[in-house]
Amino acid sequence: MTTSRAAAILLAKELRLEFRTRELLTTTVIFALVVVVLFSFAFEPTAAESRRYGPGLLWIAFLFAGSLMLNPSFAREQSNETLDALLMAPISPFAILLGKMFANFIFLAVAEAILVPVFAVLYNVSFSGVAGRLILVLALGTLGLVITGTVFSAISAHARMRELLLPLLLLPILTPLLIASVEATASLLADQPELDRTWVAFLAGFDIVFLTASWLLCDYLLEE
Amino acid sequence: MKGRIALVLVAAALMVFAGYAALYIAPDEKTMHAIQRIFYFHVPSAICAFIAFFVVFIANFAYLGTRQPKWDWLGVAGAEVGVVCSTIVLITGPIWAHPVWGIWWTWDARLTSTFVLWLLYTTYLLLRGFLDDPQRKATFSAVFGIFAFLDVPLVYFSNRLWRTQHPQPVILGGSNSGLDPTMGKVLLISFVAVLFIVAILIADRYRLERLRAEYEELRYRAESRSAEAAAKTPRTVTEARVE
Repeated sequence: MTTSRAAAILLAKELRLEFRTRELLTTTVIFALVVVVLFSFAFEPTAAESRRYGPGLLWIAFLFAGSLMLNPSFAREQSNETLDALLMAPISPFAILLGKMFANFIFLAVAEAILVPVFAVLYNVSFSGVAGRLILVLALGTLGLVITGTVFSAISAHARMRELLLPLLLLPILTPLLIASVEATASLLADQPELDRTWVAFLAGFDIVFLTASWLLCDYLLEE
Repeated sequence: MKGRIALVLVAAALMVFAGYAALYIAPDEKTMHAIQRIFYFHVPSAICAFIAFFVVFIANFAYLGTRQPKWDWLGVAGAEVGVVCSTIVLITGPIWAHPVWGIWWTWDARLTSTFVLWLLYTTYLLLRGFLDDPQRKATFSAVFGIFAFLDVPLVYFSNRLWRTQHPQPVILGGSNSGLDPTMGKVLLISFVAVLFIVAILIADRYRLERLRAEYEELRYRAESRSAEAAAKTPRTVTEARVE
């Protein structure tokens, strides 16, 4: 079986699992919403200020929500030892990782699709006219987040205090991604919105570097 | 053992001489005066931190390639010494910056990168504490170490791009940065002294980790054996009853 087909089957399995319970999606969306609401209590931003700090707030919310959401990705395979079953299947370990990455990408993308309009309304920020470019930035940033996050979720699943450990592993690694995503999003909120290509290229580079690394290292990550 | 004592004595002598050279031989800096002398330990510590983290990266790579535990021990030794060195950098930096820049800290590219580096390798060490199975600990921390190392250039470039308007450190730079030749020589002496200490520390930490790994391996084996024995016990009881 080719890696892409195996990954597609695993993606379908992850999605089916999630849409039966909707646990992850609901908690992720609500959590991100809580962060956004708390921010307004903490800073009481004016319209100009929320345009200045909005991109940062939005990405901090995504990063925190993502680092919580990615936890069960491998951990929930453990209760019935289903990861061992997956590893016994005649597919490459990278397919398992890839399937989970795509699933996590979709979950986080759905959460973002709900959150961005709510954010725009609550903070009086307009994304009209830049929607396509915003989606590009969101997609590249989210991709980097789920690539590293899925890999680290495989690591933290075997550790004690895994819920605490995953954000700790993930957030320092993601500092370059945070800077690049925030700057790229901010360039879309300027008076003359123009996508900052340097940061988009940087995000793409981040994704490529860590996707390649996970492809090379996935045998070590998923072994019994 | 004798060799080790000799090495430590050499390192101590070098360090004393480097301290003397930094305080008395190096000329007074024109505008910063005495506080500039912290430079002779700040910069060598920074370079040694990078060397130590590079050792970690090599060790991680070699571990995944060969699966020999010795590379894992080298990895943890390098990471711990590197974190100590970068802690020294992060402490001596603000001591210098406060009188010279007027502030303790600025989110400049170099400062931020060093801080993130410190965070990354502290997490590397933390992660090891949370993984119980020795082999899994070694493999996973090697994977994390490689990810962390790949992140370093990305952290640096993102900060460079982001904070271009911030002041660059005044006296850092190559030979063309206006550094007095005597200052350069004193810097070299203290670099050699710090490098010596770092090498000794890494070697010692490596030895310590080897002992600890051997001890943990034995304990892990003993625990799983007693767990097996406990699993067998009920069966023997029922067998005895049948008889």
